Amino acid sequence: MAGRETFETVAGCKTRVMRGGGKGEPLIFLHGASGASQWIPFMDKLAEQFDVFVPEHPGFGGSDTPDWLDNVGDLAYFYLDFMDQLGLSGVHLVGTSMGGWLASEIAVRNQTALASLTLVAPVGIRLKGVRKADIFLLSPEETVRHLFHDPKLVEMALSRTPSEEELDIAAKNRLIMAKLAWEPRLFNPHLHKWLHRITVPTQIVWGENDKIVPAAYGPEFQRLIPGSKLEIIPECGHVPHSEKADVLAAKISSHAKASA
Amino acid sequence: MKFHFFHLMPYADLDPDYDKKYDSAWITLPNSYYDPQKGHALYNRYLDELELADQLGFDGICVNEHHSNAYGLMPIPGVMAGALARRTKNAKIAVLGRALPLLNNPATVAEEFAMLDVITGGRLIAGFVRGIGAEYHSWGVNPAFSHERFHEAHDLIIKAWTETGPFPYEGKHYHFEYVNCWPTPYQKPHPPIWIPSQGSRETIEWAADASRKYTYLQTFSPIAALAHFMKLYEEAAAKQGWTATPEYKGWSVPTYCAETDEKAYAEAKPHIEAMLNKFLRMPPEMLLPPGYQSLASSKAIRSAKKSISEKQTIDTVIEKGMFLCGSPATLREKIEKAQDEIGFGQFLSVLQFGTLPHDLTVKSTTLFAEEVMPYFRRKSAAGQAAAQ
Repeated sequence: MAGRETFETVAGCKTRVMRGGGKGEPLIFLHGASGASQWIPFMDKLAEQFDVFVPEHPGFGGSDTPDWLDNVGDLAYFYLDFMDQLGLSGVHLVGTSMGGWLASEIAVRNQTALASLTLVAPVGIRLKGVRKADIFLLSPEETVRHLFHDPKLVEMALSRTPSEEELDIAAKNRLIMAKLAWEPRLFNPHLHKWLHRITVPTQIVWGENDKIVPAAYGPEFQRLIPGSKLEIIPECGHVPHSEKADVLAAKISSHAKASA
Repeated sequence: MKFHFFHLMPYADLDPDYDKKYDSAWITLPNSYYDPQKGHALYNRYLDELELADQLGFDGICVNEHHSNAYGLMPIPGVMAGALARRTKNAKIAVLGRALPLLNNPATVAEEFAMLDVITGGRLIAGFVRGIGAEYHSWGVNPAFSHERFHEAHDLIIKAWTETGPFPYEGKHYHFEYVNCWPTPYQKPHPPIWIPSQGSRETIEWAADASRKYTYLQTFSPIAALAHFMKLYEEAAAKQGWTATPEYKGWSVPTYCAETDEKAYAEAKPHIEAMLNKFLRMPPEMLLPPGYQSLASSKAIRSAKKSISEKQTIDTVIEKGMFLCGSPATLREKIEKAQDEIGFGQFLSVLQFGTLPHDLTVKSTTLFAEEVMPYFRRKSAAGQAAAQ
């Protein structure tokens, strides 16, 4: 199965949105630094149960880059507009890495359209003394080695030669990532002060062996979001939606049920 | 043609085996590799070399800015320009440049350059650059805003020099209630502005704009690229309705001069190769952070599949015309040929490079000043006489 490609123009920005499922409660998946150009098996899993929206953030992949886009806060307001425009409510919001940061920024602003929140290895805060990998200094090969825990997945990813189109998208994503997160690096110095505003049921999920954002960040997010729970996935790196798709999908599903 | 002596001030005492442990002499090379005792000797030696260039009759002496590296030890080039301001009497002093986007308060450059211009009675040449990609890692400044910040900082500085203060500055990245530059520059309306670049189309068109007419310098590039970018600059100027005469076009190139070609080659080889393979060593992620260039430019580089990390030899850089090496006769011939074909009027020789020691630097610089420069000066004087 593949997602359906659609386009929505929100806040003047033509945005590529892959849709899947159609039955069930709405779920928005907010991607991380590497974008969401492809419909992956994880999304099929979600589509069995949810009405799935996989947008590419403004500035990424097949979406336009609007003039107004300067920081993650801009993206957060964009997604509030996005949910308003599509008339979405009771949304299960799932964000991974950069997308987890974005989901947090959305929720501290306005969570009336949200039913639950799942943050997968989110960035967005700084835990002093615990360093994230420097995603802008890693070579493409080192990046792959940092993303996955399973050496077989690393070798598989490295053996693929990306197409010209994929390289173009990667360059575009990298540029907008720099714009959003170069400095301060991958965090908003003010976000931690307001995470307590998140009252929607929240789970934080971390790959035990995350080499991009150390799992030590998990308890810090849990501490800052009252009532949140922390789920650790063993034998897993920074991208559980690729490395442990079934496990992550099951966690999202049971969290959604528990949040009903 | 004007001749300039451009010093990069490398940390020539760098342990050449550093690359067994580290992949670059930039950003992440621990500063425990730096010995301030040796650095003391080097700084003073390099300043002596710049002063010698003034005494030998170079039209300009040039310094520049880099951060957190062993390639160029002038993180604050104004310190060097300040030291030279009082010890030299004739040569222009070119700061090539300050990397404007790195600064949170670019008004400091308006002040610093104005001070230098006033102290020297108008001998300053003001260089504005964006800095190389590595700088954005070292300083943590967002490369995706590099162009925006460069343009804003530039506009602020020019306004600070040319409009009576105080006035407010209302930008996106920079905001000031009171811009009021004391001192104002000695040269009016402001010091000449030079734009060193590796050849980005955006930069070339910007420098050639009729409202600016900034001298464009092509730095450390194959001679074919020099010809290409100078032509782009001329075309951009023509489109703007003015003619880019030679003084608007500069070529910066490492140069070594010795008694014979063979001697020059043998003496320069280890030192230019140290510059190429030790001091300039850098993976592409350091050199080209995202946003430093437009997507179109980075795609072009990707297709060319070239990186500065590729091993280079003296032969490859001589062949590409990225390094001028030879006897005075050979250098006269090479420069003349390039000048005839490309028409630049500012020649910036990097006469110390890599590990080149003081005695060879002095010998090469002196030979160049005595055996190469006068030929072009006579030629130019003859040309002027013929024109009258």
